[in-house]
Amino acid sequence: MTDPALAPALTIHDLACERSERLLFKGLSFGLSASQLLLVQGGNGQGKTSLLRLLTGLGRPDAGEVRWRGESIARCRDRYHREMAYLGHANGIKDDLTPVENLRFHVALHGRLFEQAQALDTLKRLGLSRCLDLPCRALSFGQRRRVALSALLLAGASLWILDEPLTGLDVTAVALVEGLIRDHLHAGGMVVATTHQVMNLAGVDVQRLVVGPSAASPVNAAESH
Amino acid sequence: MGHFFWSVLLRDLTLAGRRRSDWLIAVFFFVMVSSLFPLGVGPEPELLKRIGPGVLWVAATLASLLSLSRLFEDDHRDGSLEQMVLSPASTVQLVLGKAAAHWLVYGIPLLLIAPVLGIQFNLPSDAIVVLVVSLLMGTPILSLLGAAGAALTLGLRGGGVLLTLLILPLYIPALIFGAGAVDGVMAGTGAEAHLSLLGAFLLVSLLVAPWIAAASLRVSLE
Repeated sequence: MTDPALAPALTIHDLACERSERLLFKGLSFGLSASQLLLVQGGNGQGKTSLLRLLTGLGRPDAGEVRWRGESIARCRDRYHREMAYLGHANGIKDDLTPVENLRFHVALHGRLFEQAQALDTLKRLGLSRCLDLPCRALSFGQRRRVALSALLLAGASLWILDEPLTGLDVTAVALVEGLIRDHLHAGGMVVATTHQVMNLAGVDVQRLVVGPSAASPVNAAESH
Repeated sequence: MGHFFWSVLLRDLTLAGRRRSDWLIAVFFFVMVSSLFPLGVGPEPELLKRIGPGVLWVAATLASLLSLSRLFEDDHRDGSLEQMVLSPASTVQLVLGKAAAHWLVYGIPLLLIAPVLGIQFNLPSDAIVVLVVSLLMGTPILSLLGAAGAALTLGLRGGGVLLTLLILPLYIPALIFGAGAVDGVMAGTGAEAHLSLLGAFLLVSLLVAPWIAAASLRVSLE
C-alpha cells in the first residue's frame, strides 16, 4: 500500500444487500486496482446485478460501504461518476434518435466535449458504419448494444461497470468487446463485469468474486489460454 | 444554468419533434374538453362567460396531467434515466431540464390556443389577455409539480392513476389564483392580487419541486 498507483482504487467493505427481506449477500469485501478486471460470478438471482448497482451508487447497501480512492462514493458522488461508466441490462439508447445523436447526449452526460469525428470513428470501429443515419428503432438488438458500447468508450471513464455486456452480441462483436476490455485494462483502466459466457482474456489480471448468501470470497486466478 | 440542463432540454425537444402525435393529443384534449362545456350547458352567453375561466383552467390542468405520467417513464424503461442519474452533474438539473422541455412542448401550445377557446366562452378581450398571462405563469407550475409527482410514482403499478390523485390537490392553488385572476378582471376588481399570488406559488414550486423530484428519482431507481 506504499505506492498509491498500486493501492486499490475501488474498495468495498463488508457489503450486505437484501432484496424483499431475503439476504442476497453479506460480508463482501474486495479491492480493485488499476489494470484489473473483476468478474462477478454467481447463478441467476444470486445478486450480481444488485452488487453492480451498489457499485454504481444507484443502490444503497444495507450494510458496509463502497469507496472510491479511499472515500465513500456517497460523499464523492460527482468525482466518482465522472470516472465511472455503467452499462446495465437496458442500453440507455433512445429509439427515436440516431446513433450519433445518442452519443452526443451520452458524452454531454459525462460532462465532456463532443467530437463528431471521434464519435463516427467509434461507431465505425464497432461495425455500425452502415446505420449512422437511421433512428435506433430500426437497428437490431445487437446493433443497439453496440451503440451503447460506443457510448461507454466515449465516456472516457477509468472504471467500467458492465452488466452482461455480451448478451445479444454475435461472435465478431464478442471478440471486439474482449479486445476493448483488454485495451482498456492495458491503458490502466478497471473493469467490473458479470457474464455467463466464456471470455477470452489472455494476459489480463482477472479477479473473481462469487456472489451468493453462502460463500463470498475473492479468488485470484491467472488466466491460462 | 449548467451545460447538463441544456443537453437534457435539447434532447427532450428533439424527441418531442420526432413524436408529434403525443404533443397533438394533449392539445386536442384541451380543445375537446373545453368545447364540451358550451355544448353541455347550452348557449347562454352570460353563463358561459361565468364558467369560462374555470373550465379553461381545469381543462389545461387535465391536459398537462395526461402527458406527465410519461415524463420519466420512457427514459426509465430504456435505461437512459439510470445513465442520466449517474451523470456527475446534479439530478436537479436533469429534473429542471425535463420540466422545462415539458412546459415548452405541452404548456406553450395551450397558451396559444387559449384565446380562441376564450372567444368560444364569450370572454371580453381584457379577460382573454389575463387568461393567457395566468396560463403563462401557471403552466410552469403544472410542469414542475407534475415532475415531482411523476418521479414519486415512477415504476409503481397503476402509477398514472396514483399520479393524478397525488398531483391534482397540489394544483388547486394554481387553479384558484389562475381562474380567480380572470374572474377578477371581469368583475372589475383587477387581476393583480391573484397574479401576484400565482407568481409567488410559481417561485415556491421552482424552489421546492426539483429537489423533491431529484430525491424521489434516486429512491425510485434503487
